[in-house]
Amino acid sequence: MLTSKCLKGVNVGYPLGIVARDIKVLETEFNSEFVLRIIPKLDWDTLWNAADSIGHSGDLPRTLSDDYENDVEFLKKVHHVLLEVEVINGELVCPESGRKFSISKGIPNMLLNEDEL
Amino acid sequence: MLQSWLKKNEAECSECMYFKISGRQEKIMIWKYMATVRITRNKSSSRMIDIQVQMSERAVELLALPDDEPHFLLDLGCGSGLSGSVLEDLGHTWVGIDISSAMLDVALEREVEGDLLLGDVGQGLPFRAGMFDGAVSISALQWLCNADKTCHHPAKRLYKFFSSLYACLSRTARAIFQFYPENSDQMELVTSQAMRAGFFGGVVVDYPNSTKAKKFFLVLMCGGAAALPKALGEAEEKEGISYSSKREQLKKMRGKPLKKSREWILEKKERRRRQGKPTRHDTKYSGRKRSGRF
Repeated sequence: MLTSKCLKGVNVGYPLGIVARDIKVLETEFNSEFVLRIIPKLDWDTLWNAADSIGHSGDLPRTLSDDYENDVEFLKKVHHVLLEVEVINGELVCPESGRKFSISKGIPNMLLNEDEL
Repeated sequence: MLQSWLKKNEAECSECMYFKISGRQEKIMIWKYMATVRITRNKSSSRMIDIQVQMSERAVELLALPDDEPHFLLDLGCGSGLSGSVLEDLGHTWVGIDISSAMLDVALEREVEGDLLLGDVGQGLPFRAGMFDGAVSISALQWLCNADKTCHHPAKRLYKFFSSLYACLSRTARAIFQFYPENSDQMELVTSQAMRAGFFGGVVVDYPNSTKAKKFFLVLMCGGAAALPKALGEAEEKEGISYSSKREQLKKMRGKPLKKSREWILEKKERRRRQGKPTRHDTKYSGRKRSGRF
């Protein structure tokens, strides 16, 4: 979801790699409607890779099946990955420039220096 | 100076008042002040929270989202997440971005549900295209109009911000900014940069006749031009006198009747009489309209 596109000379800037040091799993209320709406907006491969890189892919399928709308179990898994797993400390790494954005207390620092604009 | 400034602005801006002030020294002072005293005070001041919450609710209303559906929203300049809490209550999921880590810490303390992000919106928004169903921003946009560093160029920063925002919103999305423009130039700068980035829309002013309750909402739309929503507190104004009779009434109030009108002629004759000059009597014919055949 995040990109480093605003960096100078970075065209795609997506997906950002995740280096996680601390991961927290929270419990949030499951809302199938929201998950349904968000799935078409996501790049599934990216999400899977991201989940895999922090070791939370679980048994998420690699490819999106066609009738996911009715698969409540699947939606719950997506919900878990999207909203319940939070990286507390770590880094986001730009795939093109290698620029690192630190994450602390769950807040990624996307501030740029003047020369990077 | 600092104290008086704080007092003056306290009522209106409860969040994000951390860089604006002329001298550099004071800027640093206010930052520290902000980081310590203000934040603790903010949390307790219910009036300020009320204002923020009201404005957030109004902003969501202006977003005109389809009812009863959870949406994915962006909160620009989320600060301590007060506006985000309003979004939560309405069942939406949100992501907040703010430049102040101190304010974000408060948001963390308040345990808001939204994801938080530390970033400067003037540097562009770091999101994928078409992610959000809408964006709100409460009392934050005016900070983009200031050049806090020598390298800052407000027009460029605004353009960068609006164009990146345009990209990360979906096609039917709206963006609502509640802000405090310093003057009309600033308002024009903001709107012109937004239009340049491809948005449609304009400024809606709530309660235009009140100094205190007056609120500026910049309503930006992605998918084609649509009518701007109606501002609050304008209805009473329209119920008054109509414009056609306004001119005559104003003239009368100033004491002189409209030139060449019957009243004007009668007054002129009265004056001549007072001066002892020969004058005809006033009749039903004096100052009468000519028929078209003359």
